[in-house]
Amino acid sequence: MTLVIGALTIGLILSLLSMGVWISFRVLRYCDITVDGSITLGASVAAILLVKGWSPWTATLAATFAGTAAGWVTGILHTRFKIQELLAGILVMTALYSVNLRVMGRSNVPLLDVETLASPMARFMTRYASHGDNLSIFGWWVPVQDAAMLVTVLGVTIAVALLIRWFLLTHLGTALRATGDNPQMVRAQGVNHKTLVVFGLASANGLVGLSGALLAQYQGFADVQMGIGMMVWGLASIIIGEALAGRTTPGLALCGAIMGTILFRLLVAIALRWGLNPNDLKLVTALFVFAALVLPSVVKSARNSFSNRQRHA
Amino acid sequence: MLDLRHIHKTFFPGTPNEVQALCGIDLLIPEGTFAAIIGTNGSGKSTLLNAVAGAFDLDQGAIHIDGKNISAWPEYRRASLIGRVFQNPFAGTAAEMTLAENLALSMRRGCRRGLGLALHRSARTEIADRVRSLNLGLENRLDNPIGTLSGGQRQALTLLMATWLRPRLLLLDEHTAALDPKSAAQVAELTLTIIRREKLTALMVTHSMPQAVQLPDRIIMMHKGRVVRQYEGQEKSRVRVPDLLAAFDQVRRREQLDPAVAHLLHNQYA
Repeated sequence: MTLVIGALTIGLILSLLSMGVWISFRVLRYCDITVDGSITLGASVAAILLVKGWSPWTATLAATFAGTAAGWVTGILHTRFKIQELLAGILVMTALYSVNLRVMGRSNVPLLDVETLASPMARFMTRYASHGDNLSIFGWWVPVQDAAMLVTVLGVTIAVALLIRWFLLTHLGTALRATGDNPQMVRAQGVNHKTLVVFGLASANGLVGLSGALLAQYQGFADVQMGIGMMVWGLASIIIGEALAGRTTPGLALCGAIMGTILFRLLVAIALRWGLNPNDLKLVTALFVFAALVLPSVVKSARNSFSNRQRHA
Repeated sequence: MLDLRHIHKTFFPGTPNEVQALCGIDLLIPEGTFAAIIGTNGSGKSTLLNAVAGAFDLDQGAIHIDGKNISAWPEYRRASLIGRVFQNPFAGTAAEMTLAENLALSMRRGCRRGLGLALHRSARTEIADRVRSLNLGLENRLDNPIGTLSGGQRQALTLLMATWLRPRLLLLDEHTAALDPKSAAQVAELTLTIIRREKLTALMVTHSMPQAVQLPDRIIMMHKGRVVRQYEGQEKSRVRVPDLLAAFDQVRRREQLDPAVAHLLHNQYA
C-alpha cells in the first residue's frame, strides 16, 4: 500500500510537469528542454522560502512564478532573438543550473520540520481520522503525512487540470492551440503567434515550477540535480496517456497526461522493487520514449510492405 | 479600397541569388472591385499578394487600405482588415481542431481574444447556420477534426473563415489551383457568390485563364515584377482567353527583342 500511495503521490505531482510538457510539446509543438531546469528552480525557490519561514502557499506560488519566468525567457530568446527552440531551451536550462545554486546557496536544501502544503491536511487527519501517526485505508495502515500529501496534491492537480481545460476552451486558449497547429493560419486570423508562444512556454514552465515545489515538499529536500531527464519523463507519461485516453479533446489529453504519469510512476516503482538498478532508470526511460516515438512508424511501414507483398503475390 | 504606391521588393539583395520580385508596382483597386492577377511563373503575383498581407517588409513603397497606411503593420495586425485564402487547402485551417473551433477562431479575426468560452451556445448556432449555407452537408460534422475533410471542403471553410467578419480586402492566392476540377469549380462559384453578396474588394491570383475571364471585374497582367497590362470595364467584358494568351505572347516577344530593334520595327511597321 505504501508503494501505491507513494507512486500515486509522486505520479500526481509529476502529472503537473506532464501537463506543462504537454502544453509545450503537444499544444505548441515546441521541444522545450527548459523543463529540466525549471523543475529544479521551482523546488529550490520553494525550499529556500519554506526554510526561511514563508507560508507554504506563498512559497509554492513563488516557485510557480519562478518557473513562469524561466519559460518566458526561453520564449523571448526564441521569438524575439530568433534562437532555435532547442538551443533557447538549452541556454536557459544551463543558466538555471547556476541560478538554482545561487537560490539555494548550496547543492541541496533539506526541508526538516517545516510547514508544507500538506501540513493543514495532516493536522486535520490526525485530529479526526487516525490512530496516532497512522491512518487506516481499506484496512491498510498508512502514515498520516503520506495520506495528507496525497489528498493535497490530488486537490491541487485536479484544480489545475480543470483550470487548464477551461482556459483551452476560451477564445485565447483556442488561439493558443491553433498556434501550435498552424501558425500561418493563426496570423491570418489576427493573432500575434509569437506572443502566444511566449505565453504558452511561460505557462508550461509555471506548471513545471509548481510540480518542482510540490516534489521538494514531498521528498523533504531540493537538490540541484533533481531536474535531469524530467522532460523525457514528461514525454514518456504523455505517450502512455495518449495511448490510454487519446488526444482528441483537451480534457481527454489532460486526463491522459495525469493517468500516464501515475501509471508510468507505478511501473517504475514496481521495476525498482523487482530489482531495477536506480542508476539505469534514466536509460530505461529514454529507451521507452525512443521506442514509443519510433515504433508506430516502424509498425506502419512493416504493415504497408506486408500488404504490398501480399498484393503482388 | 486598396492603393499600392511604388512597391519595390528584392529578395537576397547583393547575392548571386538576387531576385527583383516587385519593381515599382502602382495599383489602385477601388472599393467593391474584384480583380484577378495573372502572369507567368515568377512574375511576382503571389509576392504582391504576400506584400499586401504583410508576410515581409517592403524595400520601398506604401500600401494603403481605405486610406490607412498599413505598410509598417505586422501580418497579424493587417488581419483586422484583410481576409486570406491560401493556395494550399491545408494552410488556412488548424487540422487537429474541430470545424467549430476553427470557425470560432475566425469569429474574432483581428479582435481582442479574451477569456470567454469560444464555443458558447449562440456561437455554435451561428456556426451551424453559416456552415449550412455552404450546402456541403458539413453542419453535422462540426465536432470532427477539420483534418478529416477533403481539400475542397477545407478550402470552402477557409473562404467562410476569411469572410466571416466582412474584410476590407479579400486576398485569394490561387485558392482553387490545388483542388480537383469539380471542387475547384464549386469553390470558385462560392467565391463569386460571397464577393458579390458582400460587395467585397478582392484580389485573386490565378493561373487559370478561363477563371480570370469569367470571375473578376478587372484583370491585371504581371510580368517580371511589373504590371504590364490591365483590362477593365468594356475591354474586360470583351476579353476572351485567346486574347490573354496573345497578350502574353506579345509581352514575351517584346522581351526577347533588343529595345532599340523593337523601336525600329515599331516605327517601320506600326
